[in-house]
Amino acid sequence: MSSIFDKFASLQEQHAALTAAGKSPAEIRFDEIISPTEAMLDGKRTILMGTNNYLGMTFDEEAVDAAITALKTEGTGTTGSRIANGSYNGHEALEQELADFYGMRSAILFSTGYQANLGAISALAGRDDYLLIDADSHASIYDACRLSDAQVIRFRHNDPQNLARKLERLKDKPGNKLVVIESIYSMLGDMAPLKEFIEVKKKYGAYLLIDEAHSLGVMGEKGRGLCEHEGAESDIDFVTGTFSKSIGTVGGFLVSDLPGMDIIRFVSRPYMFTASPPPSVVASARKTLSRIAGASALRKKLWENAAQLYNGLQAAGFELGPTLSPIVAIRLKDAEKAITLWNGLLEAGVYTNLALPPATPFGWYLLRSSISAAHTPEQIALAVEVCTKIGLELGLTTLSNSNKANGAALNGASPSPSSASTEATDTAQPEADEPAARV
Amino acid sequence: MNSSLSTQNDDGIKAIMLEIQNQLRSRTSDSTKIGPQTNITRDLGLDSLAIMDFIFDLEDSFDISIPMERIAEVQTISDLAQAIAILQKEAA
Ligand SMILES: Cc1ncc(COP(=O)(O)O)c(C=O)c1O
Repeated sequence: MSSIFDKFASLQEQHAALTAAGKSPAEIRFDEIISPTEAMLDGKRTILMGTNNYLGMTFDEEAVDAAITALKTEGTGTTGSRIANGSYNGHEALEQELADFYGMRSAILFSTGYQANLGAISALAGRDDYLLIDADSHASIYDACRLSDAQVIRFRHNDPQNLARKLERLKDKPGNKLVVIESIYSMLGDMAPLKEFIEVKKKYGAYLLIDEAHSLGVMGEKGRGLCEHEGAESDIDFVTGTFSKSIGTVGGFLVSDLPGMDIIRFVSRPYMFTASPPPSVVASARKTLSRIAGASALRKKLWENAAQLYNGLQAAGFELGPTLSPIVAIRLKDAEKAITLWNGLLEAGVYTNLALPPATPFGWYLLRSSISAAHTPEQIALAVEVCTKIGLELGLTTLSNSNKANGAALNGASPSPSSASTEATDTAQPEADEPAARV
Repeated sequence: MNSSLSTQNDDGIKAIMLEIQNQLRSRTSDSTKIGPQTNITRDLGLDSLAIMDFIFDLEDSFDISIPMERIAEVQTISDLAQAIAILQKEAA
């Protein structure tokens, strides 16, 4: 008998093959969350290295207390959208605080980061406009394009020249051009060449929106992200972001210095037709956001931790993403080895993410980890050790285990750079406290 | 779609088909048959990322941008060639 699910038969097969070797990456269930970096999984204490919990804020006492107070005084939910059911004080206060944090005129709160991209991009780019998006864009950006009435043109990943050619072809067309990029890309941890993109967008009079999901709290002296880090904030038209990573809760936002942005509230369906964030979430987001600017010690620790993992894995001979960032991804060509490595790490008590094509660049299998300021050097050392051991068994690394201990630069001694990426292995050893320059 | 392209454009379409085939030769196995009715996502053994890269290269060689909405409508090599011909005409 036929079923409405028949069309997913090949996906089912893929999933079955994936899980045959062990656990399903999509069906991990933690029995107990111990801390931002540890959980119980199948009765085993497990180090969490794939949570995007960059500053370890999920158990921050002040944020937890603020949430409890809000729960008790304002209840468990808003039970409606702000357009239909009104705003709470906290929504408006948080928007003002976001605008102040970025030094921009206004901010709009969304229920998630996914919805912030969906709602911002689909509303900003209308029928006669053009959306130009990076080919490696997050799903929320791709989905925003489907919701938008604008024409959508993709440019090659992190390639300002390719964008320039596409804007050149549009230069006599009426209609606004909105360019969408991300600061740190979530799969490989590579960063946008922001200055070059800004040059292009200025030349053609386009608007630029940047999703700072993975850089908020992570980059910049005050934690405002890549744009702050590059001293380029005045050239950015729109920033979107999320509370689901460094802020340790849930929610998303759009900020801009352009006058008149509030009208978006009346056209953006993902803003209008979903419930607003609950008071407890707003309260903890406000508390954590208020600490981001002053959290430079945490940021320093985060980058030191990232460097320990990145340099340790690179020294062991793994092929990684092109730049040091808190997202550290091992690039693998072989599905089976990727699955074995991921399962092996899990058995050794280290949880990472397994990212599969087509969600990954170049069809790579990625063992993706995200580092937190809350990780200890011991936790990271253990992850490197286990990775290296399994990597050796699988023939993924070429170096002996002892070499990794000194963390010395072995640039050039790494296995041959893959054909797909010429940029990965021959970079200078990144400094711990300074986001590395792009290659 | 055909009605907007008169027969005098047939040579143009042929040239486009030729370039598409050239671009595909290096990406597909020698045994892969490439004709006007070849289905791009089904018959070429290319995954979505390879197809995206193929489209980027076509954009460069024809100096056009192919909007995602147009790509979504394309199924066969012939569809693709027609779409490129229309985009070239629009750009001219
Ligand atoms: C680049 C990027 N943008 C947006 C999002 C969506 O954020 P949220 O989890 O708040 O929906 C994510 C996270 O998945 C992301 O990686």
